[in-house]
Amino acid sequence: MKYPDFAYVRPASLGEALDCLQKYGDSAIPLAGGQSLLATLAMRLSSPEILVDITGLTELSEIAREGDTIRIGALVKHVQLLQSPIVRGATPLFTAALPHVAHVAIRNRGTFGGSLAFADPAAELPACLVALGGTLVLGSSAGRREIGAEDFFTGLLETDLRPGELILEARVPAQAPGSRWNFSELSRRHGDFPLAGLAAVMSPMSEARLVYLGCADRPKLATATAGMLRGASYPLKDVPGLAAALAEDLDPADTPGCSAETRLQLAGTLTYRVLNDLQEIPAR
Amino acid sequence: MTNEPKHSLTVECTVNGERVRREVPARRHLADFLREDLELTGTHLGCEHGVCGACSVLVDGAVVRSCLMLAVQAHGRRIETIEGLSDSGALKDLQTAFIERNAAQCGFCTAGMLLTAHQLTASGEAMTRPEIREYMSGNLCRCTGYHAIIDAVEAVLRSKSRTP
Repeated sequence: MKYPDFAYVRPASLGEALDCLQKYGDSAIPLAGGQSLLATLAMRLSSPEILVDITGLTELSEIAREGDTIRIGALVKHVQLLQSPIVRGATPLFTAALPHVAHVAIRNRGTFGGSLAFADPAAELPACLVALGGTLVLGSSAGRREIGAEDFFTGLLETDLRPGELILEARVPAQAPGSRWNFSELSRRHGDFPLAGLAAVMSPMSEARLVYLGCADRPKLATATAGMLRGASYPLKDVPGLAAALAEDLDPADTPGCSAETRLQLAGTLTYRVLNDLQEIPAR
Repeated sequence: MTNEPKHSLTVECTVNGERVRREVPARRHLADFLREDLELTGTHLGCEHGVCGACSVLVDGAVVRSCLMLAVQAHGRRIETIEGLSDSGALKDLQTAFIERNAAQCGFCTAGMLLTAHQLTASGEAMTRPEIREYMSGNLCRCTGYHAIIDAVEAVLRSKSRTP
């Protein structure tokens, strides 16, 4: 469908953009790549009065390494993240997950910050950011604040972003030397949001951070499952108690075409697949 | 603030090598701008919410969905459509391969297929058939003519990756 009517403004600087978001509050939405936002407009699922186009703010389009921290600007496009040697070298979990994000035309325009702000519980990048223990830097005309990714995602399409705030960048600790990682998901068609997915990072001491996507109202760090698998011997096979631990960690919803029970089953399948394959991936 | 939200704006961009300047409503997407304002109707609108890929165009050389981009966001950009890329001959090999294999059936998805395939073959990088299928999977064909389409893309890619 055609988009509903709205007013459009293209601020020339970050300061101007933040002033604009402050001034119009709830009635304004920042427009970045638009690959989710404009689709929701087309389906008339959202009807903002004002779109604040931030795509001209080139200072938010950079990927940089500062010591052991990778800074990823909110306007970094998926294709840029996928091709970045910095990301491949320091946080290869992103590089592994990105081919699963939609399709080439979407990756050419969709942005990192947009994916985080949209907060689809089945989206790949929010799950990876939680798995890597990243932090978001949010800006408003009142100043900046930082929030851990795990606390940022508060529910189905809901985040801790307050009116007037904009995601500026994420700060992601480089994966530790000797760590391993893997990403996989199960979807009916390539490029769709998955029914279930798993982003996993395993420290050199075999402490796993397992974040499931599509299996709760947000990307979910599975602490009970990780705790149960501590010290497990690989390859994993028919682990007693795995299903119970997953049921404790995850809270999938019944949706048309996929029951909660099926999703938990898929989460179990992914756990074996991702963690067993992870053992074969050379450590960083 | 010097910059106030507006319902109608001027967009100035390059479309198929020609400078154009138009006043457009803020809500108009790029596909409608191309089709309605510039009468370039080779870009097709299927789903109009970013799923089918029929409206694919190139923006600054990268394939994007023109239904998921505002016309005003084309300001200062270089847009290329099926018309421009056909006239310049950039799609000649792909178009010939599509015709040879009857890969354009009803033709509705073809413009989008060709533009995505253009980006795929432009690098000349070798790809396996499953990789080609995955790359092209964001473009839907309601005639389900996928095998012929992938055959055509594969043939062009092979011939390109053989040429140094």
